[in-house]
Amino acid sequence: MSSVIAELLQPSCVLLQRTYDNPEDIIRAIGNELYKAGFVKESFAQAAIEREKNLPTGLPLAGGINAAIPHTEIEHVIKPALGLVTLSNEVNFQNMVCPQEAVPVRMVFILALEQPKAQIEMLQEIASVLQNPELVEKLLQANTFAEVITELKK
Amino acid sequence: MDTPKRILVACGTAIATSTVVAKGIEEALKERGISSVMIRQCKASEVRSLVDGVNLIVTTTPVPTDLNVPVIQTLAFLTGIGKEEVIEQIIEALKD
Repeated sequence: MSSVIAELLQPSCVLLQRTYDNPEDIIRAIGNELYKAGFVKESFAQAAIEREKNLPTGLPLAGGINAAIPHTEIEHVIKPALGLVTLSNEVNFQNMVCPQEAVPVRMVFILALEQPKAQIEMLQEIASVLQNPELVEKLLQANTFAEVITELKK
Repeated sequence: MDTPKRILVACGTAIATSTVVAKGIEEALKERGISSVMIRQCKASEVRSLVDGVNLIVTTTPVPTDLNVPVIQTLAFLTGIGKEEVIEQIIEALKD
């Protein structure tokens, strides 16, 4: 179903069942992978970290496993891409709509968008993944890139 | 003819979440046969300068509260939680 997401994810930019201490470390790790793969500029990770501090992206989800969707201004992006990090531990992000509230997160989609208001399919697919607690659970259990893609395409 | 209602959809960068929200509102209103609505996306920091003539602000991130325009703060179009309720609120807010 989520074919655009499946296409945009690269093996090197999918980090599964990792342990991190804070949102910064997560964004830096995946930002570096997106940079090495040529999707974003070197400035992307730092810009997304700063953006996350000022305009957080934590989202409490229906199934109780929460997510965050860090992203930043288009000037840091070379071509559209997506990174995914699943976490063995919960990492606190702040709630997008209510930033004083912490959201313990276990799934992070990092969005590299190169045009305003574009990539609508990708964004809608991410929203539909977030709205599907069973799929979120399956993605958290996935051990390999191939398993992630299989679940997304179901 | 009725003047179209104007909705300002705000998020942090005006590139990601407001796109999903704008599309979600557009589809929900269309399903209910409401077509005379203009939706504009912006950054939360731009809301104050764009608020003239706007009937409703829908935002995923905090915006100023002294704008004299109804504000709906919601993640429902992203997370699905409470979406029907929010759509009803939007429709209610667009009524005269």
